[in-house]
Amino acid sequence: MKLLTLNFLTCARKTCKSTAAAFPLHPKDAELEQIEIDMNPLFVKNMLPRLEWEAMKTLTQELGLPALPAETPAPEELTTEDGEASQVLKDLHVLLMETSVASGKLVCGNCGHEYAVKEGIANFLLPSHMV
Amino acid sequence: MSPLAKEGEAYEQEHVHAVYEQIASHFSSTRYKPWPIIERFLRDRPNGAIGLDIGCGNGKYLSVNPNIYIVGSDRSTNLVGIASKHQPHSVVVSDILELPHADGIFDFAITIAVVHHLSTTERRVEAIRSVLATLKANAPALIYVWALEQDGSRRGWSEGGDQDVMVPWVMRGSKKAARQQDCVATTQTEDKVFHRYYHLYRRGELEEEILAAGGYVLDAGYEKDNWWAIAAKQPD
Repeated sequence: MKLLTLNFLTCARKTCKSTAAAFPLHPKDAELEQIEIDMNPLFVKNMLPRLEWEAMKTLTQELGLPALPAETPAPEELTTEDGEASQVLKDLHVLLMETSVASGKLVCGNCGHEYAVKEGIANFLLPSHMV
Repeated sequence: MSPLAKEGEAYEQEHVHAVYEQIASHFSSTRYKPWPIIERFLRDRPNGAIGLDIGCGNGKYLSVNPNIYIVGSDRSTNLVGIASKHQPHSVVVSDILELPHADGIFDFAITIAVVHHLSTTERRVEAIRSVLATLKANAPALIYVWALEQDGSRRGWSEGGDQDVMVPWVMRGSKKAARQQDCVATTQTEDKVFHRYYHLYRRGELEEEILAAGGYVLDAGYEKDNWWAIAAKQPD
């Protein structure tokens, strides 16, 4: 599961969803992998303003990855003077689109429930007593 | 034959979830062609849009538009495994009534042939409410359900008939199954029949449920034995 996805996931329990502590979920014992995919510079540029940047920073920090810039990079930082994809954009592509959680757990900061990630797929089905 | 509301979940586990888990590979091999209205809806999304495909099955709609990002989800682990091959998108295993997404953050959602698998009106309305909750104000959700009015199909359903039905899924045995490389049932030799529960929607019923779920209808219609609607959440 690519790191971008974690920006759009929270605890599945209704009682947690509205709490600030349920987002972002916290990786635990996470094994990362790189899955190479084609870069789509315009998509990255358009998608960036939709991200919760603070949550991305928290995630990269918890995974021990290089620190992200303090603020969402501005559009002009994403292209070079001759209109090519900048290094900033290339790095974001690698981090958001290619870096993936292969296995481990995602932990809710509110209730502590751990969702398993296996073979790159997270499972959010709740045991019946938690629904 | 509509089961009691409180038994809905257990009923769906047996007559929907368990069946899809068993027929996943075979089901997926028959589902590859996107329907035109759904394809157009996805192509019309702006570059960089972030959306959901709730009940994504084998993920056949994930690859329609490479300039948007979709988080697909399905109740069936086996189908999600198949859907995970559609880069650059992501898929997770989750239930439409307990989605792992914050409210009000997505640009669009689709839920195709999913809501008709919930076994009471109350649960179907709750499912639609759950989908609409994920969306930004006025962001569209495209919903498809099977129609009761299928006079043109061989299934024999039509207006006035029973709306709660069990629909057979036949996995042919012998040669055909053996040829299907990734079919889970390659070792079987006899036909195997699975039954899935469906609620068949009568004209207007999908729109009624959208209103009951606190949504409003932007557009709606009928296509090939299905009722569809594009809905959005009423502002608070």
